Amino acid sequence: MVTAMAKVNLDFKKKVTTSGEFNATACMDCGVCTAVCPMEIDLLPRKLFRYTLLGLEDKVLEHQQVIYQCLLCKMCEVNCTADVHIAENVRFLRSYISKEIFKL
Amino acid sequence: MPLPTGNVIGLMVDNLKKRKTVFPISRRKAIKWAEELDIPEGGETVIYTGSMYQLLPYMVAAVKNMGLIEDSFLGKFVGVGRFFNRMFNVSAFIARPSRTNVKRYRRIICNIAMLLKQAGVEFGYLYKKELYAGALAYDLGVDDAFRIQAQRVYNLLKEHGVRTVITIDPHTTNMLRSVYPTIIDGYDIEVKSYLEVLAASNGLQPLHSVEKEITVHDSCVYSRYESVIEEPRQLLRRAGYTVKEPKDNRDLTHCCGGPIESLFPKMAHQIGGKRVQQLKNAKGQGVATMCPMCMATLKEASDGELEIDDISSYLVKAFCEVEEKPKRNESSENKHIKP
Repeated sequence: MVTAMAKVNLDFKKKVTTSGEFNATACMDCGVCTAVCPMEIDLLPRKLFRYTLLGLEDKVLEHQQVIYQCLLCKMCEVNCTADVHIAENVRFLRSYISKEIFKL
Repeated sequence: MPLPTGNVIGLMVDNLKKRKTVFPISRRKAIKWAEELDIPEGGETVIYTGSMYQLLPYMVAAVKNMGLIEDSFLGKFVGVGRFFNRMFNVSAFIARPSRTNVKRYRRIICNIAMLLKQAGVEFGYLYKKELYAGALAYDLGVDDAFRIQAQRVYNLLKEHGVRTVITIDPHTTNMLRSVYPTIIDGYDIEVKSYLEVLAASNGLQPLHSVEKEITVHDSCVYSRYESVIEEPRQLLRRAGYTVKEPKDNRDLTHCCGGPIESLFPKMAHQIGGKRVQQLKNAKGQGVATMCPMCMATLKEASDGELEIDDISSYLVKAFCEVEEKPKRNESSENKHIKP
């Protein structure tokens, strides 16, 4: 079976790294965030943050709805063993979508 | 089919840009709570409502209607509604609140102001000039519109010589205290929640005996963003209530679902249902919320099976002389008023 290869968008990657607002490099993929999420969102935040750090804009936008389903309640953040500012990262992705996709 | 995210956000942002608020509400109605309270206009210390409690009845009505179109073909027409909303206030028709809800939320602000007065706190109010703080635009990541609104609010406070702001809900507290300083150079406004002000005051002593077990529902924003955790418990105990705790509490509180209500009403209702179950299991005789959004979402999810009220409504019964008003006929729940 042939699957489409993930595409890196360098412009997206640059915006993420230079924004100063997105930081998930400390994430160890331990999964605590997923376990405590009241929304039981499996994707958020660890997988989504991997896509973002890799510059896979298509993958991020594919999950646009999930990005807006996050409650920003910070339950994941207070339990994060790596002190990742998860809510601020999600808000950064929303800000990117608002500007680049919705043109708001 | 879910609602079209871009157009729903766009509609609220258009309102914020053009009408300086995310949902339409006349300034006259927003300040009606202050009638007969004799609060001076302006001053160095002001109560700042940010219109959150006033907006909630309109949001509840809008969410109800959005929930109805969430899975129908009408969802496709939100974009058309947004187009016309730029010229005419279309959102006013989507959000027509019930009279009961308008009065309920108005009463809460009135109670908060009465508690502050009872505690001997001197404060003014900006009346019609007060602006929405922009929390929804910030949460949805609409940064440009949010920055404009934040600057408008700051300019307003400076123009009126305000040095200290007493906020009444967690979202406005978070915006004015923790978010504005990160985007406005030289931001120098002191911001305190009324719960912090009351808890620190020695002037507030119970006038009436209240024996009731109250379960505390912590707001995510108060507990995890602003560390307002002890104050509501301290105040309830001082008033004479017995405080009950749900399974998830304090800085590990369970969200009510409210933050996603404008985009995913059904999902928000499910989250609210999970929290209501935890609150029921705490076996208190009433539930105290401290955020208008929490109160609305949990009330909706509990379907009348739990007594849920704003913490100020419980506090005012112990600390203030309150006239008991006759209860309105239940049928008035369904009567709607114009925004």
